[in-house]
Amino acid sequence: MHKFLIHMRGDHVGVATSDIKAGEKVIGVFMDDESTIEVTAKSDIPLGHKIAIADVEKNGRVLKYGLPIGYAPEGFTVGDYVHTHNIRTSRWEV
Amino acid sequence: MRQLYGYRRENGKVGIRNHVIILPVDDISNAACEAVAKNIQGTLALPHAYGRLQYGKDLDLHFRTMIGTGANPNVAAAIVIGIEPNWTKIVADGIAKTGKPVAWFSIEGHGDLETIRRASMKAKEFVQWATELQREPIELKDLVVSIKCGESDTTTGLASCPTVAQAVDRLVDAGATVIFGETSELTGGEHLIADRCATPELRAKFMALYDDYIAEIKSSGVDLLGSQPTQGNIAGGLSTIEEKALGNIQKTGTKPIIGVLESAEEPKNGPGLYFMDTSSAAAECITLMAAAGAVVHFFPTGQGNIIGNPIEPVIKVSANPKTVATMSEHIDVDCSGLLSREINLKQAGDQLMDYLCRVVNGRFTAAEALGHREFVMTKLYRSA
Repeated sequence: MHKFLIHMRGDHVGVATSDIKAGEKVIGVFMDDESTIEVTAKSDIPLGHKIAIADVEKNGRVLKYGLPIGYAPEGFTVGDYVHTHNIRTSRWEV
Repeated sequence: MRQLYGYRRENGKVGIRNHVIILPVDDISNAACEAVAKNIQGTLALPHAYGRLQYGKDLDLHFRTMIGTGANPNVAAAIVIGIEPNWTKIVADGIAKTGKPVAWFSIEGHGDLETIRRASMKAKEFVQWATELQREPIELKDLVVSIKCGESDTTTGLASCPTVAQAVDRLVDAGATVIFGETSELTGGEHLIADRCATPELRAKFMALYDDYIAEIKSSGVDLLGSQPTQGNIAGGLSTIEEKALGNIQKTGTKPIIGVLESAEEPKNGPGLYFMDTSSAAAECITLMAAAGAVVHFFPTGQGNIIGNPIEPVIKVSANPKTVATMSEHIDVDCSGLLSREINLKQAGDQLMDYLCRVVNGRFTAAEALGHREFVMTKLYRSA
């Protein structure tokens, strides 16, 4: 049974559809082609929060829906919990 | 598909509710309106906070919202009460262009009690007339539907917004009119909306409205980091405005955008999908959309926004399994089966369309049953 969904191939993050525990090996489904991916979570990830399915380098753009949702100031790696602690908006600058 | 039934008004527009409203032109006329609504069963007062010493574009928007609210096809008849005759008559005359029964009363020179007495006599006449009106067969193409999401989280972009998109595409194919808005919440996906505008002129108009809104925010010398996304959005897993916007935009479906509207402006380019320049705050946004003539609203929510509107039924759609369990009384359509993959998007769309038909035919939405009647005027700047 899947525990997260990814909008499309090429995205860097998926969304937990159940609470995920640190160390848990979890399956994600790509919504565009129904293929699956297995990732080991490095932290607890609550339902609705994001898990990294690809490495993103320091200051790299983060893709979801195939489009940038911001950048990762310190980067992250597969299995990381991805949220406001490690990604930032590229907008709203005054 | 069920047969739909609605109220065909004097100007041919179709409503799905049959309200007799008691509309204050200004804040100080709220008390009289509420007294009339207490006297006469089946009427609905719409108190609000503004209407004095407004000027320029802000006053234009106030009048457009007042007149549009009275003109909405969910309203059978309207009583308009204001402190002085001039502005009161402007609002009443604007509503009367629809051909529906309208009466206006000004308080100065009479006082509240005499105004309430006279307005109550008229309200009684209107409500007895309106309660005799019959629903008649209507079609999807007769509907003006508005969409806006709130207390969004990642489940809205994954499931409840795509479910609404299914309904939006089907409605547009059936010849209905659909309105979306939330200007600031398109940030990060504004190019997607611009690319769907049907003509270069519409595209330029959309980008001008979007740029204006963002420039206005920037001109106040702050950013929206603390407000967009909201604390609720962040608790629900949304990290940035771009992520929120891309989820939000999912609900607009795939059809071309055939009109770009000012706040509370009626769609006039025929059936299809329209953008309206609005705040992303739910009560303000839906009030403006209802004033543009929308008769029913789809509201995807993740963390559980509880918004309603006095004249436009609001249908809540949620895919967040926690929200549909902990706030079940607020949720009309549960599409959490999309996250567990027990249902597919087409099935979720079927479920929402069926629910829409039931609400059109008279079923109260959760927000109607719970008495949510948020009526909030958009104020562009402070009064004189």
